[in-house]
Amino acid sequence: MDIWNYLEYAAWVLSILFAGFMLYDTVRVDTTYDNELLTSSREGELELTAERHEI
Amino acid sequence: MADTTAAGGEERLSLLRVLGPGHVWALGVGIVLVGEYMGWNFSVGKGGMVAGLVACWVAGLLYTCVAMIDSEVTSTVAAAGGQYAQAKHIVGPLMAFNVGLFLVMAYTMLEAANAITVGFLLDTVAGMQGHTGLNQQPFIILAILGLAWLNYRGVLATLSFNLVITGIAFIAIIILFFAVEFGASAVPLDFTAINTEPLPYGWLGVVASLHFGLWYYLGIEGTCQAAEEVRSPARSLPYGTMAGIMTLLIAATLTWYVCSGLIPWEYLGGSGTPLFDAARVTGSTSLMVLLFIGTAFATLASANGCINDASRAWFSMGRDRYLPSWFGAVHPRYRTPYRSIVFLVPIALIFALGAPLDQVITFSILSGLLGYTFMTFNMVMFRRKWPVASIKRGYVHPFHPLPAIVLLVLCSTAYFAVFLGYGTQLIAMMCFYIIASLWFHFWRYRFVKRGDQFTMPWPRPLGY
Repeated sequence: MDIWNYLEYAAWVLSILFAGFMLYDTVRVDTTYDNELLTSSREGELELTAERHEI
Repeated sequence: MADTTAAGGEERLSLLRVLGPGHVWALGVGIVLVGEYMGWNFSVGKGGMVAGLVACWVAGLLYTCVAMIDSEVTSTVAAAGGQYAQAKHIVGPLMAFNVGLFLVMAYTMLEAANAITVGFLLDTVAGMQGHTGLNQQPFIILAILGLAWLNYRGVLATLSFNLVITGIAFIAIIILFFAVEFGASAVPLDFTAINTEPLPYGWLGVVASLHFGLWYYLGIEGTCQAAEEVRSPARSLPYGTMAGIMTLLIAATLTWYVCSGLIPWEYLGGSGTPLFDAARVTGSTSLMVLLFIGTAFATLASANGCINDASRAWFSMGRDRYLPSWFGAVHPRYRTPYRSIVFLVPIALIFALGAPLDQVITFSILSGLLGYTFMTFNMVMFRRKWPVASIKRGYVHPFHPLPAIVLLVLCSTAYFAVFLGYGTQLIAMMCFYIIASLWFHFWRYRFVKRGDQFTMPWPRPLGY
């Protein structure tokens, strides 16, 4: 066992933590908020409110 | 829940507008700079030292056209999805669906290639320290999952991180150049091969080298994907993109110069990490450490930017129902397209763990090339339907339609170059996109809300 073996184990642990966080948070958000709200984003909102494409 | 915006009295979630021109630069250059650290040198293997330089500059011309065209159109169509949103507004739904797929495939494959490189790099360093048989898998998986997590948590932190590590990777190339120029290398620069073996495989070798010459700049068009998250799209996107291509032209030329001068072309053409190897040739430990850090940072910055861009393209297609609308969700706290980010992780892992590097790179290049080909007629149609005097543009590129024509000619040459080395993959890729197009046309398009697709408040196109 040298430092590289320990780094391999550390990489596995960190990978599991990152994956676990994302999956947990995704499930938590999906079960907490209404899907209509989560998918309410609309393209071009800034253009409609702030910018006018006219010369 | 405080992080929502109200539009017309209705509570809505949207991506956060927090980015500036520096972040746009970091996104574009961050994705690409890894091409200076690995991959471009196969062009030298295909055609020799001179062919490598020709490929560097011809591809540079191709991407300067891409940057100019992209800057004009994106400064007007400021939406996540970049070229996908452009195609939707200017060409039509089927083109938009294909462009969206080109983007997702190009960036996801590039992300996988970067993760493979991280594993290879660590294996090299472990080998130099006497450790043999390093298991690369946990490091490949960690690179993808760690960066996906960063992307999941917010775009500002993601691209600020990219700004720092991309800056360090770029400065490392500059330092190597000056160090070698001012005599810090134990081995002097040697360009005698330019006279003794100018074109070992003739002009066909020059054409073949163009395939890997693209690697110097592949992905600069990714700046467009930040369109919906920059504070001022009309200003930041052209500024960040044009600054990015200038940075890359400098970095690419310096890279060719240092590597070709230090490493014989026969070895350079097969190197896995050419800049790192050039630093090893100098005999300077500090340069070696610096270029190792540069290689690692460039690789991580590229993977990071690819996750950002692929998820935005996937998210935009979901939002328009080109894909299931489930993918068009925004995280209520982090304001990122979190479902798209999570969904693309296993796809990147499958390619990173199960496919050889050159195949993954080739699929990425091919998808990118298809996207560049689209840009040529997209630009011509954009100027015809909405002439310069009809709508406000953040940037108007000069000499139209010359950049579009040059881009089309160079794309055609690059297809031929790819066909010479990877004809089967080229045909397989085309078959994939044809089948996907049939699926979209005969099945998926019925779910699209057709009236909602055109979101830009532009006047009616000329002739309609």
